Amino acid sequence: MESNIFRSSIGIVCAMMASGVLAPDAIGQTIPVKKGPVAQAQPVGDAIAGAKLYERKCTGCHSLDANSVGPSHRGVVGRRAGSVAGYSYSKPLGKSKLIWTEANLDLWLKSPPKLVPGTRMGLQLPDATERRNVIAFLSKNTAPKP
Amino acid sequence: MTESNTNRRNILTGAATLSAGGLLALAASATPAAARSTRKSSAKAAGQDAELLNAAIALEHQGIGAYDIALGSGLVPASATDLVKTIQGHHKQHRDDLAAAVTRLGGKPVESKTIADYAKELNAASITSLTDIQRLALRLETGAANAYLGLIAPLSDSGLHLLVAQMAADEASHAAIFILDLKEAYPAKAPLYG
Ligand code: HEC
Repeated sequence: MESNIFRSSIGIVCAMMASGVLAPDAIGQTIPVKKGPVAQAQPVGDAIAGAKLYERKCTGCHSLDANSVGPSHRGVVGRRAGSVAGYSYSKPLGKSKLIWTEANLDLWLKSPPKLVPGTRMGLQLPDATERRNVIAFLSKNTAPKP
Repeated sequence: MTESNTNRRNILTGAATLSAGGLLALAASATPAAARSTRKSSAKAAGQDAELLNAAIALEHQGIGAYDIALGSGLVPASATDLVKTIQGHHKQHRDDLAAAVTRLGGKPVESKTIADYAKELNAASITSLTDIQRLALRLETGAANAYLGLIAPLSDSGLHLLVAQMAADEASHAAIFILDLKEAYPAKAPLYG
């Protein structure tokens, strides 16, 4: 609840910034600016819904902290593909040089073999909201395990 | 491409002396480029399917290992070992059927890791009761049922769709046993998996 409220107020500020009403100056105050082209704000995924989806669709092969059929996921967002120590990747993913940005994760989850032909992961999430939510969950689990 | 064009020219020059076998070779090398590229892309699709099935074989190896750990733990009562062995037997049949399919597709089935590897990745050290074993089994069987359903869409060879759906159904049936054993709430909302 709290985080939803938090998110929606950020959303409002972002929308105001995007529409050119406000812009942060160097010391963090806001000053009026000239209206420019409106940037489309990316909707933020729901990490709680993403956790539920992860449990159902991903945990057969993955967990946050242990390599299993698939590699461990903690800290995956921003990491280089194929780089978890102790996990034996397929050649194509190991050599892919991809960085798991949110955009690349979105393409991966749409169809792993389309992004990386010859990969061993097949599971697809055709629904964009589901992809966004599961990526929000993965982003939240970035810190190394305490 | 260039190579097979050259071959074709060579065969055509020697056509007057071709035997029946030579004529067959001629027909094969004269296959239109479109058909050759279809064959190439279907070989690629078969290779991709084999990789996807290999992830499923890895899942089966892990399940077989988990039941070995359970049977070796001394925590499964004698009255239940036959059932556990039957369930493990299903996983061995899945592994064998998947390995046969991977081989047929021209791939190489993945090997099992060691029991020590599975003990580590399944955190077997934390298992101290029959309930822990039942919980682990429920988690693995549920995960496998969902994973198999997720394999249907990406597999190109429609002949494999029934195979993975059958495996999903088997895993769901195993999971139901552990739901009952653990007296877990039976899910109210369908579909239960996928
Ligand atoms: C059937 C098993 C299976 C399922 C289910 C599955 N994955 Fe995977 N996943 C794999 C395998 C195997 C790999 C390694 C692929 C390779 O080496 O080509 C992988 C790799 C990945 C990677 C790349 C990680 C890295 O270190 O480069 C990400 C990200 C990922 N999976 C996310 C997910 C998410 C999110 C889900 C659920 C929506 C999911 N996977 C479901 C088997 C699976």
